[in-house]
Amino acid sequence: MFDQFDALFLARVQFAFTVSFHFIFPALSIGLASYLAVLEALWLKTGKQLYLDLFKYWLKIFAVAFAMGVVSGIVMSYQFGTNWAVFSDKAGPVIGPLLAYEVLTAFFLEAGFLGVMLFGLERVGRKLHFVATLMVAIGTFVSAFWILSVNSWMQTPAGYVLSPEGQYLPESWLAIIFTASFPYRLVHTVIAAYLTTAFVVGGVGAWHLLKDRTNAHARKMFSMAMWMAAIVAPIQIFAGDLHGLNTLEHQPAKVMAMEGHYQSHPDGAPFIVAGIPNSEEKRVDYAIEIPKASSLILKHDLNAPLAGLDTIPESDQPPVGPVFWAFRVMVGLGFAMMGLGVWSLFARWKKRLYDWPLLHKAAIVMGPSGFVAVIAGWMVTEVGRQPFTIYGLLRTAHSASPLDAPAVGASLLAFVIVYFAVFGTGTWYILRLMHSAPKIQELGVRRTEKGPVRTAGITPGLAQNQPHNPSDPTEKPVGEE
Amino acid sequence: MAIDLTVIWAFIIAFGIFAYVVMDGFDLGIGILFPSFAVGQERDQAMNSIAPVWDGNETWLVLGGGGLFAAFPLAYAIILPATYPLIIAMLLGLVFRGVAFEFRWRDPDHRAFWDMAFAGGSLVAAMAQGMTLGAILQGIEVADRAYAGSWWDWLTPYTLLTGLGVVAGYALLGSTWLVWKTEGSTQGHAYKLAFRAMVATLVLLVAVSLYTPLLEESYWQRWFAMPNVLFAAQVPLLTAILTGFLIRALAKRQHAAPFLLSLGVFLLGTIGLGISMWPYVVPDSVTIWDAAAPHSSQVFMLVGVALTMPLILAYTGWAYWVFRGKVGSEGYH
Repeated sequence: MFDQFDALFLARVQFAFTVSFHFIFPALSIGLASYLAVLEALWLKTGKQLYLDLFKYWLKIFAVAFAMGVVSGIVMSYQFGTNWAVFSDKAGPVIGPLLAYEVLTAFFLEAGFLGVMLFGLERVGRKLHFVATLMVAIGTFVSAFWILSVNSWMQTPAGYVLSPEGQYLPESWLAIIFTASFPYRLVHTVIAAYLTTAFVVGGVGAWHLLKDRTNAHARKMFSMAMWMAAIVAPIQIFAGDLHGLNTLEHQPAKVMAMEGHYQSHPDGAPFIVAGIPNSEEKRVDYAIEIPKASSLILKHDLNAPLAGLDTIPESDQPPVGPVFWAFRVMVGLGFAMMGLGVWSLFARWKKRLYDWPLLHKAAIVMGPSGFVAVIAGWMVTEVGRQPFTIYGLLRTAHSASPLDAPAVGASLLAFVIVYFAVFGTGTWYILRLMHSAPKIQELGVRRTEKGPVRTAGITPGLAQNQPHNPSDPTEKPVGEE
Repeated sequence: MAIDLTVIWAFIIAFGIFAYVVMDGFDLGIGILFPSFAVGQERDQAMNSIAPVWDGNETWLVLGGGGLFAAFPLAYAIILPATYPLIIAMLLGLVFRGVAFEFRWRDPDHRAFWDMAFAGGSLVAAMAQGMTLGAILQGIEVADRAYAGSWWDWLTPYTLLTGLGVVAGYALLGSTWLVWKTEGSTQGHAYKLAFRAMVATLVLLVAVSLYTPLLEESYWQRWFAMPNVLFAAQVPLLTAILTGFLIRALAKRQHAAPFLLSLGVFLLGTIGLGISMWPYVVPDSVTIWDAAAPHSSQVFMLVGVALTMPLILAYTGWAYWVFRGKVGSEGYH
């Protein structure tokens, strides 16, 4: 059944599928780990139960998302070898050590302290527990540092020499880690993770405000999230602009595809707001254009000349359609995020932040926007650097494993079925956790029918006073046995 | 300079694989045995004894994959395509069992399903790991720096045997871990399982040990030619002695000793593997020196390992220490 596709195409689909699915979870857990650290810090500083409740509420969601991130991440660490063996052989000496550093400095840190963070509050005390939360949060950031360093090296390679066997050998580790695109990619991606989390938190807060606008927990999380939207979304747009200028310098073909510039524009290039890229005819059909705007954005000069894809050999051009559209989705959502942030500032000024159902509905709609923007952003950067895995050096077509199409196709099918079933279910569980309102004396991560695991989260003496959710038997209070 | 970094790296990778096998081994083993525990308290105890540590245990698998990629990229690029279906099966198995840790608590109506996912995923992952080991030991066809065999080469009677051996061995680690960490009916059941798993492990260990030297002339040489045999013969001898202690510890109903002795058996098994394979990473076609990353990669990573590994071992040890003692011994007597 896979005869019509070649193994290379299927391997690309498999990588795109597994990595897109995987990245959804870190996009949330990077931000959520930091949010949890902030909540716990506020609790320790103020002693207010509200912050501990919110911490425990989001901890349950974090645990589910983190588990899915871990198992889908293990898959990624083997995808290089299973499907991209030639790439692994050639690039292994350079990127292998970076991945090893990610494991050593980030994954172990996260995993080592996660158990204590989830289950250990009563065992280790508040301060050590806060240290554990901090370590998990730091681990997620360090992980992003290394993996983006790998990705950036593949986009803007430096610091290597080529061996007679065709391997890329490291020459300068500093040059390899800190390549030209790395600082921009790191900042843009980490901010994206924070924004993604902020909009998830804001959406959940808004959902509960619509049901009960006096809910103190919902108010607090909504307010915190809207501060993030108002402050960080504009920063992200600025960082994204810098990242784009960096890409123009190092990977001009990618920017040409983003802009839909098939042709060169010697005296000022238009910005195409929308249109249908037509790669056969080398033009954008039904284009809605703002004259000279692209030159203004990219060169800060209305009349600056901009080269088009006609200056790039056909065999080195990325596909235009997906890059063009993904870019517009990402940018559009970025501005929508900023819009919601501005609206929330206005609502705050008008003292209607918790009392404006339309704002809350908009926040719910925007709840998942971060994920869409993040995946779209990765599509821009990954499809835009085609047809290379190591930009300008190693072609995607020359990177794949010597596998037959049926093997790659069958495993792809298995991944698709399992991922949709398992991660779909997990997402449903997360939505259900979000649906239950945060409450006073929020329970810890879990307990069993037969009394606490060593993991009970709260003081048993207060158990009888807490609102009990009869639909969730895992949440029996400690003292019930 | 006499210090050969490639050899050091071979030992580091071997240590990483050993660490993975014993750490994730016992929690995979608990997964394999999971359906035999009574629904309710017994299963909850079994699950909770590993809930805080499974994630850290699986990180060693990422280190194994990442470390092999980094230190011996050619081996990584040959072994993974050669064992492709096994690796995919292992990864999917790990997906199911990994999410089950959270999902079974989140959805009591479907807990039975997630319990089966936990067990099935663990079994598939363990079997796939054992078969991968067998596929490497029986030799991989290599031409021009790439895998050159067909995509069913990994399926032979030998690989099925090694697969079952690893399943039995993990079951031994899992059951003896539960002996240590639980009490009451769970522990009683774990004693019974430990004894059976030990018998199965020994039978399969002996079978694999006898089969392996027959696969290739070079294995025979490494084990039975003088002077190697003087050193190599100590491994089965020590294994026999440890097994004697293990039987005694189980019979005397000791708590911690059975697990620690099982670890010893696994250590000897790893040393035995090392004797069979040395100095090849893909037996008889790629040596560790053929596959090694260049010097500067080895040095760069060695600095990282030297700086981080003591810390990793320290805080991993701390995490185990925090959750020491019997599971659920508090709260419901």
